[in-house]
Amino acid sequence: MSRRIIFYAYLVCLMLPLYWLINLSFKGNVEISTTMTLWPIEPTLRNYAIIFTSPEWFDGFLFSLSYVALNTIISISVALPAAYAFSRYCFLGDKHLFFWLLTNRMAPAAVFALPYFNLYSSIGLFDSVWAVALAHCIFNVPLAVWILEGFISGVPREIDETARIDGYSFPRFFVRIFMPLIANGIGVAAFFCFMFSWVELLLARTLTNSKAISSIMTRSVSASGIDWGLLAAAGVLTLIPGALVIWFVRNHIAKGFALGRV
Amino acid sequence: MTKTVDNRAWFLVLPVFALVAFNAILPLMTVVNYSFQDSFGNNQFFWNGIGWYQELLDPTSELGGRFFAALGRSAAFSLAILAIEVPLGILVALCMPRSGTQLAIGLVIMALPLLVPWNVVGTIWLLYTRSDIGLFGWLINAVGIDFNATRNAAQAWIVLIAMDVWHWTSLVALLCFAGLKSIPDAYYQAARIDGASRLAIFRYIELPKLGRVLMIGVLLRFMDSFMIYTEPFVVTGGGPGNSTTVLSIDLVKIALGQFDLGKAAAMSIVYTLIVLTVCWVFYTVLVTRDSQEAQP
Repeated sequence: MSRRIIFYAYLVCLMLPLYWLINLSFKGNVEISTTMTLWPIEPTLRNYAIIFTSPEWFDGFLFSLSYVALNTIISISVALPAAYAFSRYCFLGDKHLFFWLLTNRMAPAAVFALPYFNLYSSIGLFDSVWAVALAHCIFNVPLAVWILEGFISGVPREIDETARIDGYSFPRFFVRIFMPLIANGIGVAAFFCFMFSWVELLLARTLTNSKAISSIMTRSVSASGIDWGLLAAAGVLTLIPGALVIWFVRNHIAKGFALGRV
Repeated sequence: MTKTVDNRAWFLVLPVFALVAFNAILPLMTVVNYSFQDSFGNNQFFWNGIGWYQELLDPTSELGGRFFAALGRSAAFSLAILAIEVPLGILVALCMPRSGTQLAIGLVIMALPLLVPWNVVGTIWLLYTRSDIGLFGWLINAVGIDFNATRNAAQAWIVLIAMDVWHWTSLVALLCFAGLKSIPDAYYQAARIDGASRLAIFRYIELPKLGRVLMIGVLLRFMDSFMIYTEPFVVTGGGPGNSTTVLSIDLVKIALGQFDLGKAAAMSIVYTLIVLTVCWVFYTVLVTRDSQEAQP
């Protein structure tokens, strides 16, 4: 019984800061700064109205969602064949290459902020979704390779050989037979790519002219006279894509976190 | 599983290699290049040899003192959050229900903090812990303790650590939960027949099974906490004073704030090397464990 109590106490601790954010987002600034109440006394939709009527905020959301989607697609499509190669073949320098890939997942984003600015400015991609989508590949591609390699190694290689004997060409075998077999793994990898691209701020801010939703938010923090209600409402809205993704993968979360490797 | 030796597999790896090399090698070369030079505005660069490195690694110089102070703060932060998150994560994983609706709801709530954008994590905790408008700060003041994280360094640290525990303990817990679920029921039944205590079950059945996922968890948490930038930037901005200026905040201050490219680049290189060394140790341990398990 005490186990349940610990578990629920933990869940409550997780929810409290989120509840407070939602609570503040429905309050006006006068109420926020003058009274301390557990729920809005005079609930207002003013904060949300500002966001939905201002093109700047709305475009920020769209911009962020599009580079996240683009990054997930790029990461998964290049990582799939590579993960297959790492799982099935020995080749020159494979172990070193694998570790080198992983080190990029570990490189601090702060180190790369400035060179990225130079690099993407010089090839004319600065301030576009492509810049952020490509830059986020540095940590998402290695992660996707790592996760997919685990799942692919779980598929017996007899299947590969049977398909070859049956006369399937490699690309056809890969797309028609192999990818459905590791659909779970692809889902998990896509989930992680989405997650890490969505939550990242430093590169997204450096590579764009304050277009991503995350940088629009930091600007409203530093602006004179912080609009707490507006900030809270924007925060609540950024939670929604994550919450939706979690809801869709809820049955796979436990398996997914094992990364196919336990 | 035996692998086929075939160098043509390089063709499958080539897209990944090209993409990551474009993103990693070119910028890294830029950083290395900057680290040997000094800049005086106007994009004029002067060769400085290993001057920056000498200054950086000398704790008595201004830059070196600053670097080692920030390094110490980063290391202290990583150690503190690992010391809290790993035991707490294991505890939560042990307390989770094994199936049913309660589990499904619990999993969704637990995964939620992981998908909050990092600057929003900062915003949430700023709103939650401010002494004037935040529930947490207000409650602590209400019980008679003077709490203001923008003025008191120790309290700023408490806020940062509490924030990271809130943000990431679920990751450790979910990893451990996945590990625990892979233990067959027969093990528990055997333990019950032998009359093993709860502690003995944990020590001899559950903990060994958790070894591998814990390694992954500690590795991920070390990397991300050592590189943490956005959350402290939003919550404390590195203050009060310099008390929460961890390495990446200091690095961005030097690089983008003061535009001291040489200093920042030399610092980046040393910083990256530290992260890589620790990760290499972890990775080697992981791989060795795997190959030992493969040949029992």
